[in-house]
Amino acid sequence: MNAPAYNFAYLDEQTKRMIRRAILKAIAIPGYQVPFASREMPMPYGWGTGGVQVTAAILGPDDTLKVIDQGSDDTTNAISIRKFFEKTAGVATTTTTSEATVIQTRHRIPEAPLQEHQVLVYQVPIPEPLRFLEPRETETRRMHALAEYGLMHVKLYEDIAHHGHIATSYAYPVKVNARYVMDPSPTPKFDNPKMDDCPALQLFGAGREKRIYAVPPHTTVVSLDFEDHPFERYRHEAPCALCGATDSYLDEVVIDDRGGRMFVCSDTDHCETRRADGHRGVQPEALA
Amino acid sequence: MSMMDQPLLMTEGLGKSYGRQLGCRDVSFNLYEGEVLAIVGESGSGKSTLLQLLSTQMAPTAGRVCYRMRDGVTRDLATLGEAERRFLYRTDWGYVHQDPAMGLRMKVSAGANVGERLMAVGWEHYGRIRKSAQSWLERVEIEVGRIDDSPHTYSGGMRQRLQIARNLVTEPRLIFMDEPTGGLDVSVQARLLDLLRNLVAELGLAVVIVTHDLAVARLLSHRIMVMKEGRVIETGLTDQVLDDPREPYTQLLVSSILPA
Ligand SMILES: Nc1ncnc2c1ncn2[C@@H]1O[C@H](COP(=O)(O)OP(=O)(O)OP(=O)(O)O)[C@@H](O)[C@H]1O
Ligand SMILES: [Mg+2]
Repeated sequence: MNAPAYNFAYLDEQTKRMIRRAILKAIAIPGYQVPFASREMPMPYGWGTGGVQVTAAILGPDDTLKVIDQGSDDTTNAISIRKFFEKTAGVATTTTTSEATVIQTRHRIPEAPLQEHQVLVYQVPIPEPLRFLEPRETETRRMHALAEYGLMHVKLYEDIAHHGHIATSYAYPVKVNARYVMDPSPTPKFDNPKMDDCPALQLFGAGREKRIYAVPPHTTVVSLDFEDHPFERYRHEAPCALCGATDSYLDEVVIDDRGGRMFVCSDTDHCETRRADGHRGVQPEALA
Repeated sequence: MSMMDQPLLMTEGLGKSYGRQLGCRDVSFNLYEGEVLAIVGESGSGKSTLLQLLSTQMAPTAGRVCYRMRDGVTRDLATLGEAERRFLYRTDWGYVHQDPAMGLRMKVSAGANVGERLMAVGWEHYGRIRKSAQSWLERVEIEVGRIDDSPHTYSGGMRQRLQIARNLVTEPRLIFMDEPTGGLDVSVQARLLDLLRNLVAELGLAVVIVTHDLAVARLLSHRIMVMKEGRVIETGLTDQVLDDPREPYTQLLVSSILPA
């Protein structure tokens, strides 16, 4: 139950209302970065305080929360955020994607297709996709206002000039609703197509940078590219060693001290669900 | 009267004061397509101020600047929206800074520097952007093999030539230059001037160039405007003004008694 010292979900109602207003504005202008008065949270910035504040503002007592970090429910970061909301909001938590109503994530979009009643909350470190080439905030704001996005292609041009292909594999820029260019950071570009026409609401919170942005359900999200260098999804050419999946995003993991490695699903819930359904890879017990 | 007989750029009573400090005052002139105008005068005479007013980087406190847009319609630049103004600035205009680091993106390759304007106007074909960048590097005499190098690895003269290529890629009709040969060695200057002169003639560019150096003005410009204490004190064909100055101040400038 609620720890008595805290309001439901830690933040006071005034603060939550302020954050909700920012969220509503973000939903009304898909991909636009809305400034908000980010609060101190009882955890360091690197831990996704932006995402935590968004989650705190939208969470209700009937919600079921899932928290993932690198696709896993079991990292220190994911566990402590989950515990934080168990303690401060008393909400149910889960590791099963289909059971969750709110999913907070740091790097991944779950493999299981998201649904209309779900909200995906991203923890964002750097919300400004233009910053890499234009450090001046006044100038990047003007560029967004005037939809001057040539610089994004300058970045992709550099990639091709130096690597022969678009080497950007994380934080790959997208255009939302044919208007604002957005950084989906720090998800791998493998997940970009899942953002397009997604039935779930997607909310992005950047705590240190004090920005919230959103992709409302069923909004077009297009990855930027060149006509002669089209966007390509990337995954390691391998089946998951545990569950045999050939279409999921894989992490390379070290399995022994002799340099042994294997590829496994980054989405641990997806992998476990598949194994529970009887799917097997070549080393199903390797990490057991 | 054909369109070419109409001025490209017109100013009327143009002035700027920085509070009580006068920047420049009552400047009126017309600039035609293909015409090169040099602005000369001693330090603090208002040359840079005037250039910033002409290129809409600063708003005047008096007078106006009009420009004949690509569609043939002459517009008062103060009435352009910000999007239009910025579009004009990076398509039909160029601006060459004395310090190339101000005019270049030092973090990206030479090729990306040249290609940026093309991408800004919507080019999305890598191969075509690169081809255009290569051909502009050639035109400014930069070895095409250096296309993927950072401008940090370029010499001062190369950087300046790169800055010029970056500006010319959208085939602008008007270029502003503030002391483009400023920090360069004499031999490097000579090569750059030669290149500029050829490009300006080939492309039929209109240029407004600010310079301390009367030799630069003589080599590049058709007309010259001499400024002193914020005002234009003498103007005319470059050779005439330099060979036969009427104003005592210009006579001093030309005879190198005054450091220009
Ligand atoms: N931002 C400013 N605020 C106040 N006064 C200024 C400002 N910029 C220029 N001035 C003043 O306006 C006058 C004209 O300056 P400007 O920079 O246009 O001269 P200039 O001819 O370009 O000189 P230089 O050859 O040294 O570059 C000078 O008296 C200068 O001190
Ligand atoms: Mg100056």
